Amino acid sequence: MDWMIEFTLFLILLTAALLTLGVRDLLVAVVTLNVFSFITAAIMVSLGAVDVAFTEAVVGAGAVGLLSIVAIRRTSRRSQD
Amino acid sequence: MSEFPEHDPKDHCLDESLKEPTDSLIVHATARGIAPFILLIGLYVFFHGHYSPGGGFQGGVLLAVGFLLLRLSLGVRLSQIVMPHRLTLRASAIGALLFVAVGLSAVIMGGNFLDYHLLPIPGLAPEYLRYFGILLVEVGVTVTVTFTLVAIYDELLGC
Repeated sequence: MDWMIEFTLFLILLTAALLTLGVRDLLVAVVTLNVFSFITAAIMVSLGAVDVAFTEAVVGAGAVGLLSIVAIRRTSRRSQD
Repeated sequence: MSEFPEHDPKDHCLDESLKEPTDSLIVHATARGIAPFILLIGLYVFFHGHYSPGGGFQGGVLLAVGFLLLRLSLGVRLSQIVMPHRLTLRASAIGALLFVAVGLSAVIMGGNFLDYHLLPIPGLAPEYLRYFGILLVEVGVTVTVTFTLVAIYDELLGC
C-alpha cells in the first residue's frame, strides 16, 4: 500500500519538473518549482527523514519562491530562449 | 546590459511598484493575517530544535519568510516599521559574532571549537553548560539567517 502513495508522489514530481522546464511564463515556472519542492518534502517524509523534509519545505517552497518572484519583477516575465 | 535600469546608489529603489502597498485586497488581507502565525511557528521551530525536527536554520528561514511576506504585500516603505532596513545587515553580523564568540570562548578555556562544557559561565553543571551553549549557538544561527535573508531581499530590490 505504501508504494502506491510514493508512486503517485513521484508521478506528480516528474510532471512538475517537466512543466517547470517547458513553460514559457516564468511566474508559472516559479509556482511549479514550488510544487516540485513541496512534493520532494512529502517524499522525504514518506522515507522517514522529517528534518530534511522540513528544510526542503521551508527553503524550497518558501524562500526560493519569494526571491525568484522578486528576480522576475526586476527582469522580465517571459522566457527569452 | 541595457535592458536593466541603471543603479543609482543615492536614490535607489529600482522597482517602484514594490515600494507601495499592493492594490489587491485579498493579497493584503491574507498576508497581514497569515504573517504573525508564520512568525509564531518560526519561534516554535527554533525553540523546539533541541529535541524535535527543526532548529536554528529552519526557524530562521520561517521568521525571514514571515517578514518578507509583509515586505511583499505592504511594500518596502510601510514594512520599515516591522523590520527597518538599517537593522538587517548589522543584526546578522551580531548573530554570526555570537556564534563565533561561543565557539572561541571554549577554545580560550582550553578545549576545541564549540566545546560547550568548557564555557566560562560559573556555577553550572556541564550538562547545563551544554544546554545553554547549544541554545546560544542556535540563537546566533537564527538571527543570522533571518536578517541575512531580509537583507538579500532588500539588496535584490535595491531599496
